[in-house]
Amino acid sequence: MLHTKSIAEMARDLKARKVSSEELTRTFLERIERFNPKLNAFITVLKDQALQEARSADLEIAAGRGGPLTGVPMVHKDIFCTAGVKTSCGSKMLDNFVAPYDATVVERMKRAGMILLGKANMDEFAMGSSNETSFYGPVKNPWDETRVPGGSSGGSAALVAARLAPAATATDTGGSIRQPAALTGVTGIKPTYGRVSRYGIVAFASSLDQAGIITYSAEDAAMIMQVMAGFDERDSTSVDRPVPDYPAELGQSMKGLRIGVPKEFFDKGLDPKVADATRAAIKVYEKLGAVVQDVSLPHFMLSVPTYYVVAPAECSSNLARFDGVRYGYRCKDPVDLTDLYMRSRGEGFGAEVKRRIMTGTYVLSAGYYDAYYIKAQKTRSLIRQDFIEAFKGVDLIMGPTTPTPAFKLGEKTDDPVTMYLNDIYANGVNLAGLPGMSIPAGFVDGLPVGLQLIGNYFDESRMLAAAHQYQKETDWHTRLPKGYEA
Amino acid sequence: MSLTPDKVKSIARLARLSIAEQDIPAYAKNLSSILDFVAQLDQADTGSVQPMAHPLVGVPQRLREDQVTEQVDRDRYQANAPQSEAGLYLVPKVVE
Repeated sequence: MLHTKSIAEMARDLKARKVSSEELTRTFLERIERFNPKLNAFITVLKDQALQEARSADLEIAAGRGGPLTGVPMVHKDIFCTAGVKTSCGSKMLDNFVAPYDATVVERMKRAGMILLGKANMDEFAMGSSNETSFYGPVKNPWDETRVPGGSSGGSAALVAARLAPAATATDTGGSIRQPAALTGVTGIKPTYGRVSRYGIVAFASSLDQAGIITYSAEDAAMIMQVMAGFDERDSTSVDRPVPDYPAELGQSMKGLRIGVPKEFFDKGLDPKVADATRAAIKVYEKLGAVVQDVSLPHFMLSVPTYYVVAPAECSSNLARFDGVRYGYRCKDPVDLTDLYMRSRGEGFGAEVKRRIMTGTYVLSAGYYDAYYIKAQKTRSLIRQDFIEAFKGVDLIMGPTTPTPAFKLGEKTDDPVTMYLNDIYANGVNLAGLPGMSIPAGFVDGLPVGLQLIGNYFDESRMLAAAHQYQKETDWHTRLPKGYEA
Repeated sequence: MSLTPDKVKSIARLARLSIAEQDIPAYAKNLSSILDFVAQLDQADTGSVQPMAHPLVGVPQRLREDQVTEQVDRDRYQANAPQSEAGLYLVPKVVE
């Protein structure tokens, strides 16, 4: 059962030459071939390239030159630029785009010797919470294929949940790592804004976007964070600050750890069964000696409306670059330049992306700028201030990741606002720029639910350690969806 | 708040997005409901609050030496262009 091993175990077995990278890579490629037609989690599978990389990794290991992750297979969300490989961002707009360079994250993982199996499906331009806005069709949730895997990193989450790869990169602008991780029963970490380079990641909302990783466990996430995190001079918002030894710090004791539980998270809107599962998960920490107390985030209810001004505003500005001239989709037979712009964008973008661009255009337009955009920047300050106040008395904040388990495909596509509320517990973390995680915390009606951990700025070590200590006490993260075990 | 079809068309025009006539009512409905939803922000007292543009509050923008750090590989970048010739990007005639 190679596909259920942790990355730490894979690394150990590779080093001891008990398994080759080629064997591991073949195992996952075979699983992709078998299960992906059901899940639609991949946009591109790189079979030959992956096997070639695996053979090179085996040579490196044989020569004693391998690092801790050499030969371990993984997947990139299709938002990361991969030199020479199609990078679609889930959009018709970039269906023909072959990235001319590697994102910093891609470069770092390549340098670490990891094997790229393919590129994961996602909501178009990372705008969505169900993976239903992808030009390549929705991804299915392996726990129930009539349900969504969440989004926007729905492909990354579903493929890790189905054990089609031990790890997949992801990005989180308003919950796009944590929400799908919760809905598919896997571990996802969104680091502090500025911790991981955004260079080479197709931009959605530049003051919110952050890259992270989805894995089986917190221990695996710590190993990969070690490679992903760190200063990059090519990203002007990258923060130059030493990277702690995440794997070495996983052993931190939970004794005396102060955990804050925001009472607003348990108000109306939260499924009572999800509330129970969340409380039960927090109880595990009490058993380990942590001190749990209530905290308050008084402006919590403003986070989704604030997000839906700030994110569309930044998106309308970022997506102005898609003009049908330099790269991407171009309409047929444009009559003049304006027609070229309008039809290339009108035909190249899907409905949700167009809605967000128009929302952003509206809130930034003359006469509305102060009432919407400046107002949202101020409420954003209030939301951040709430977290800063809360962290004066606690080390970590915990609560539910999502209000409900995975919903049905098509259930929320008619009403954007209902869809947006799925990220009600997630958006504030991005607005503040804090690190957050979701870890498997049990099941409600046979569907996985997540416990959300929110850390203080650049305190990923403590968050990862807390997630790891929970996973030593529980086995939710080792459960596999039915039909995907062998 | 309810956006008129004409308002939707003017926003789409500003954003350089062609929208099919039959899709305008659906955009009007959805955009109106999004704007109604974000209107909750009006209730927040933000009198003396400083607007926040990004999370790196108080972190000064980093400067670097003014040195050439990258080489522009035009051919490689232009391989993705829908239409190019002799190193130039081609678009419909702009000036008669």
